[in-house]
Amino acid sequence: MKLKYILPILLFALFLNACSSDDDNNDVEEINEVEGLIQIQEITNTTHTIELFNKTGEFKTGYNAVSIRVKDNTTNSYVENASISWMPMMQMPTMQHSGPNSNIVKEIGKNTVYVGYIVYQMTNTDGSGWSLTLNYSIGGTSFMATDTINVIQNDTQNVASFMGSDGSNYIIAMVAPNDPIIGINDLKVGLFKMESMLSFPEVADYTIMLDPRMPGMGNHSSPNNTDLTYSLIDNMYHSDLSLTMTGYWVLNMKLMNSSDTLLKGEDVTETNVQSSLYLELEF
Amino acid sequence: MKRHIICVLSLFCSTFIFAQSEESTVKKDTTFLEEITVIARRKLSNYRQEKTLSSIDDYLEKSNKITMIKRGNYAWEPALNNMNSERLNVTIDGMQIFGACTDKMDPITSYVDVSNLQKVSVGSGQEGAENGHCVGGGLDLQLPNSKFFDSGLKTSVDFGYETNGNYKTTGLDLEYSGDKFYMNADGIYRKSDNYDAGNNSEVIYSQFEKYNISLQTGYKLSENHTLDANVIYDKATDVGYPALPMDVSLAEALITSVTHHFNSDSTLVNSLESKLYFNTITHIMDDSKRPIVPIRMDMPGWSDTYGFYSKAKIQKHKHAFSLNFNGFYNRSLAEMTMYPNDSNQPEMFMYTWPDIRTLYTGIYAKDVFVLNENKTLSASVRFGFHQNKIAEEVGLESLQIFYPELNDSKNRFLSSFSTDYTFKKEHFDYSFGLGYGERAPSVSEGYGFFLFNSFDNFDYIGNPTMKNEKALEGNVKANYHKNKLHIGIESSYFHLMDYIVGNIDNTLSPMTIGANGIKVYNALAYATIFDVYVNASYAFSKTISVNGTVGYNYGKGSNNESLASIKPFSYLAEFNYNIKRFNAALQLEGNGNQSKYSNFYGEDETPAYAVLNLNLGNELYTKHSKFLLKYGVENILDTSYSTYADWNNIPRQGRNFYLNISAVF
Repeated sequence: MKLKYILPILLFALFLNACSSDDDNNDVEEINEVEGLIQIQEITNTTHTIELFNKTGEFKTGYNAVSIRVKDNTTNSYVENASISWMPMMQMPTMQHSGPNSNIVKEIGKNTVYVGYIVYQMTNTDGSGWSLTLNYSIGGTSFMATDTINVIQNDTQNVASFMGSDGSNYIIAMVAPNDPIIGINDLKVGLFKMESMLSFPEVADYTIMLDPRMPGMGNHSSPNNTDLTYSLIDNMYHSDLSLTMTGYWVLNMKLMNSSDTLLKGEDVTETNVQSSLYLELEF
Repeated sequence: MKRHIICVLSLFCSTFIFAQSEESTVKKDTTFLEEITVIARRKLSNYRQEKTLSSIDDYLEKSNKITMIKRGNYAWEPALNNMNSERLNVTIDGMQIFGACTDKMDPITSYVDVSNLQKVSVGSGQEGAENGHCVGGGLDLQLPNSKFFDSGLKTSVDFGYETNGNYKTTGLDLEYSGDKFYMNADGIYRKSDNYDAGNNSEVIYSQFEKYNISLQTGYKLSENHTLDANVIYDKATDVGYPALPMDVSLAEALITSVTHHFNSDSTLVNSLESKLYFNTITHIMDDSKRPIVPIRMDMPGWSDTYGFYSKAKIQKHKHAFSLNFNGFYNRSLAEMTMYPNDSNQPEMFMYTWPDIRTLYTGIYAKDVFVLNENKTLSASVRFGFHQNKIAEEVGLESLQIFYPELNDSKNRFLSSFSTDYTFKKEHFDYSFGLGYGERAPSVSEGYGFFLFNSFDNFDYIGNPTMKNEKALEGNVKANYHKNKLHIGIESSYFHLMDYIVGNIDNTLSPMTIGANGIKVYNALAYATIFDVYVNASYAFSKTISVNGTVGYNYGKGSNNESLASIKPFSYLAEFNYNIKRFNAALQLEGNGNQSKYSNFYGEDETPAYAVLNLNLGNELYTKHSKFLLKYGVENILDTSYSTYADWNNIPRQGRNFYLNISAVF
């Protein structure tokens, strides 16, 4: 009889206790605006240290989302009002070229973090060759920092550069999915035209036809994929990519321009197991 | 209002009093339409059950209505009324148990052995709905009853040898029976090499090895109450499947139950049987024994089931009521890992059964009403709630490739009704019945993900959006016996609505290397299945008798295509010689040409065949023990043949000499 009254009280007490155990000593710490990211490198000049971050802590060929912080070397504080631009550069034996890259903007909701992306379309086998120059201004004063960077060859082909049937050079790079699932993935791809050695603008309104295959298993396809179409929101191409199992997938592609002329790629058939335009994915 | 209530009450009372005054003429025979195969192992029987150590599969195949679908020499899949596992409700003593193999390589009949069972009760159509929903019928593999015989310790041993496949069997059975306590332990071991088809052609990958142990014990709590516990452990290793691209390295089952019985003649409820049970199955397919495969793969599967039932029997005047309240929770998970030939590529992985949880609760009621000495009317209903849930997020995402709007759970209500009328006179009896039943799609049909079917060479995709399959059935049965002649006819007709079948989807590309394409489970508007069997026997004298059966089956879908796995014209004739302590039987068994084969569903025409068997049996007694000898020749003429039920036309056994010895001490 008494137990009937005691039991709920006991349970309630337990419940309260369980709820209040965690958040005791959190509010003292500063908010770490790059939490979950790993530093790739610091580029220093006499006045500032520019910290580069991403999720893996290294640059790899293909699409790289980069988070940037600028630290004042004298005050040790992070600059919140910089405007930054960058220029990645690959030194080849006879020439040098850049790669597709975005403008750098302040990350929404953050005070000290700036974000942008760079696509490295190639690298040397030892990771050398690339350098990164940052031009930035703080309160009307311009600064510059530059250093060599290490770009590792990605295991799979997540970027391709090619010449289209229109005579132009293009670069295509996979942006997402980062963590593919067995199921329908949002495939996001960037397409860039090489206008010059230094200029790689995004290409709008083309279509990229998609045919994912598994060469390790009879080159079978998967159902209910859609073709990649251009989105004005992020200037990238989007589609549904369905992956029926984990493993090694080849995303065969055909690139069509806005007037539906085939620029690159072929259909996958019994005799032609792979398109000349493809990206790879492994999970 | 009050008056109404009083009126109804008094009416109710008066019928009650009226009913009480009637003479009680209820007969125990409530299972008229059910076919029961008694597993009388150590007795001389001249009726088709020749071997002491026959497997369950062999036993079932001897039954009239059941055919066994074969993918190899082991683990055959029972089919009843031309419908197989998904359309049947197969239980072990009322316990739900589900195979763990996505390719149906482990029908649950493969997880028990003859030593575990007392009888197999077969209910055709809705007669089989006592333990669960079905459209084709129900099979209940029944465990032995409590044995409070006070007969002390009894030991039996069995040895068997068959020349074809060098097949060896050993069994040991220990039984202690007191008046308050009993215990029965038995074990059976079977091992066979590859068997030879006719003309000594070896069928490779047809070997198997298995053992089965079981323990049953019971205690009499009081005059009316008993408690029984049963554990069965069954393990098969190295099982070859010649009709499939993979074999099985492990098929393991643990089947446990605790049962409480209450029996009394003086209470309203005459008997109440309640069981709690749990079973778990692990099934591992592998291809390591196959020298050449397009790609190496592992396909393990697991199935765990928890459940209960409570069965009550009430005998009241001319009515025999039975009630069954039951429920289960099943977890089915199967996965597939493929190893690319290019070792630089990572393994490929997918869930083929994405951790499907099935919850069912239902209630069944049956009343057998004896109209008079000759006439019996019976009616039964079953209602149930059935829920499927995809527990694995990965699995849900996988299936959303095909069904983007798919939720992780699906609820269904299932119902079943049946009624039948039986008329019995001295020389003849007949019965006819009507039924309606529903079933939910099986885990494979609802949620299977790229399940390869080597029968038609297609990959199958489940379809969780399908409606329940429904069946409207009618059956008639008539027997005539006079003096030494017996003639019987039995026929069923099924009209199945939303008949579940795989439909080719040409827009999809198959996953399995070399497969013809993809079939997605879908429903035909309707299908019809019809079967008729005529049997006759004549006893010339006490020692010599003949019997024979012919059968005809028919199945067609609303797309005007023949259904697959429909038995062609079949016949069986048997000549028996029977004296005290010796019997002999010569059998002729065969099928006609499968002219109505279903090209559309990947079948080819199986030619006619006939085989001849000879079975002999002796019984010997010494002072303290009994010996039973059964021996004979199967397929005497060494015919090379396969039947419509053999996948990929794998030939059946050629000539086989066998010998079974049993000793009871």
